[in-house]
Amino acid sequence: MIPEKSIKSMRRQKILLARLQTITRTRYYKYQDIAFKYFGLFCTILGIAILVLFLANLIYTAGARLDWGFMTNLPSRKAAKAGIYTAWVGTLWILSLTTLIALPIGIGAGVYLEEYNKKGKLANILEINIANLAGVPSIVYGLLGLELFARFIGAGESLLTGALTLALLILPVIIVSTREALKTVPYTIREASYALGATKWQTIWNQVLPASMAGIFTGMILALSRAVGETAPLIVIGALAFVPFVPSSVFDSFTVLPIQIFNWVSRPQKEFSVNAAAAIIVLLSITFMMNGIAVYLRYRWQKKIKW
Amino acid sequence: MKIEAKNVNFFYGPDQVLRDISMSIKKNTVTALIGPSGCGKSTFLRLFNRMNDLIETAKLEGEILIDGVDIYNKNINVNELRKTIGMVFQKPNPFPKSIFENVAYGMKVNGITDKSIIEESVEESLKQAALWEEVKDKLKKSAFALSGGQQQRLCIARALAVKPSVLLMDEPASALDPISSIKIEELIYQLKASYTIMIVTHNMQQASRTSDKTAFFYMGELVEFDDTRTLFTNPKKERTQNYITGRFG
Ligand SMILES: Nc1ncnc2c1ncn2[C@@H]1O[C@H](COP(=O)(O)OP(=O)(O)OP(=O)(O)O)[C@@H](O)[C@H]1O
Ligand SMILES: [Mg+2]
Repeated sequence: MIPEKSIKSMRRQKILLARLQTITRTRYYKYQDIAFKYFGLFCTILGIAILVLFLANLIYTAGARLDWGFMTNLPSRKAAKAGIYTAWVGTLWILSLTTLIALPIGIGAGVYLEEYNKKGKLANILEINIANLAGVPSIVYGLLGLELFARFIGAGESLLTGALTLALLILPVIIVSTREALKTVPYTIREASYALGATKWQTIWNQVLPASMAGIFTGMILALSRAVGETAPLIVIGALAFVPFVPSSVFDSFTVLPIQIFNWVSRPQKEFSVNAAAAIIVLLSITFMMNGIAVYLRYRWQKKIKW
Repeated sequence: MKIEAKNVNFFYGPDQVLRDISMSIKKNTVTALIGPSGCGKSTFLRLFNRMNDLIETAKLEGEILIDGVDIYNKNINVNELRKTIGMVFQKPNPFPKSIFENVAYGMKVNGITDKSIIEESVEESLKQAALWEEVKDKLKKSAFALSGGQQQRLCIARALAVKPSVLLMDEPASALDPISSIKIEELIYQLKASYTIMIVTHNMQQASRTSDKTAFFYMGELVEFDDTRTLFTNPKKERTQNYITGRFG
């Protein structure tokens, strides 16, 4: 017969052992945690370091080139006299036009899909297609723009064609981000509005849209900052031509910053690559600024509205 | 009779959640709806401002009359109906706007644009909801900056601002602390003079303190409907007795 004492001590040992095992296991998890933390940190620092190096190099090569004359000069065959006036004005034109076209259509489509046709077959089909469209290479949009807007509609190699093409390109992103923003508005808010006798449209217009505006604009700005850098689709629709003047209407031909950069980089003379570097600084500043606005909006929004 | 339900059956898809319910409610009275969770109190309450219409699978049989008019009649404009039947929800749900805009919203969707009328009405509604003194200096501030109890009174003010004749309240005090809760109860007592009120509550004391009539629901059926005092002191059904004494539910 085993004495009761030893049974007790055996049990105690078992418990001890189990405890030890859990301790080592949690320790293992903890190391896993730490290891992953440092791996993540390393990756982040690597990414930032490369970016910083790249920027430093840019500023080192082209910082001196970046003066007032560079911003206000027209393009020229001589590198030292050439400027990006037409390019950044073109970029601003394209940005505003693209916003004007894509914003109402994108928000409208997003609202329709999210609020009015949530379960319809059409919404399902559209949903899959929109997700797919967001992944289509931009040059394909360029070809579509060339056929549809430049040739079929007859807008030619104009700002209008460029803006329509880019609007098409970023529409899927805007639609998706609009829907996501609308989803964050809780049902209780809609309910409160309906209970006061508001119609569906009044509820969406007065409550749902304002409450999700910051989210919608964040998506819009991120989409536009992608459009600012797009080169391929604009080259396809013929924006690579030498444009020695600033567009004065949407039917004028145009150039934009990334195309100017592409143009300069592809020249054999070394001085032009310095110009390209200087233009890249300007382009990056615009992109960073837009992303900054998006971050700021998101921050403001989160502070103001907590559900 | 101000409000009448006649042989109401209600379904969510295939599930019947209300069974042959008939009830008549007099003007300027408070009626409490009590019963265990899931017995259909909220569903019943939401029939009177047709909030259940928003649920696709919902189906109603029977009649709901307000001032003798069948509110599910084809000629009834739902939005107009909801302006005459105010509703307060379980969790305070102010709009993410200023205090003023919250109260003014109902008038805005009503097409009222005259600023002085709106301002007057906002003040009056906030006074009726016993909130005016606390917020009169910060009407422009976000409604989210108010406490839970204040938010709920704001929601009541918001409902009153469209001048309804009926007020539906679905557990209006259940998310609040005891003091805010008592304030809401006092408010209900005062509002009775001008409104017909239906209130869902899980709190027996609250039901007995605030209401004139009480309806006890159980599994979609109206088990007992009587004067509050009678129902709580001398219930006719055993089920009611068990529920109000806390033996089940
Ligand atoms: N939108 C809905 N779709 C389907 N079934 C629902 C829906 N809303 C409620 N139900 C069901 O209907 C029944 C009654 O629900 P209801 O919300 O009216 O109960 P309640 O008495 O208000 O409960 P509680 O006290 O928990 O609020 C429940 O069984 C519930 O699951
Ligand atoms: Mg309920």
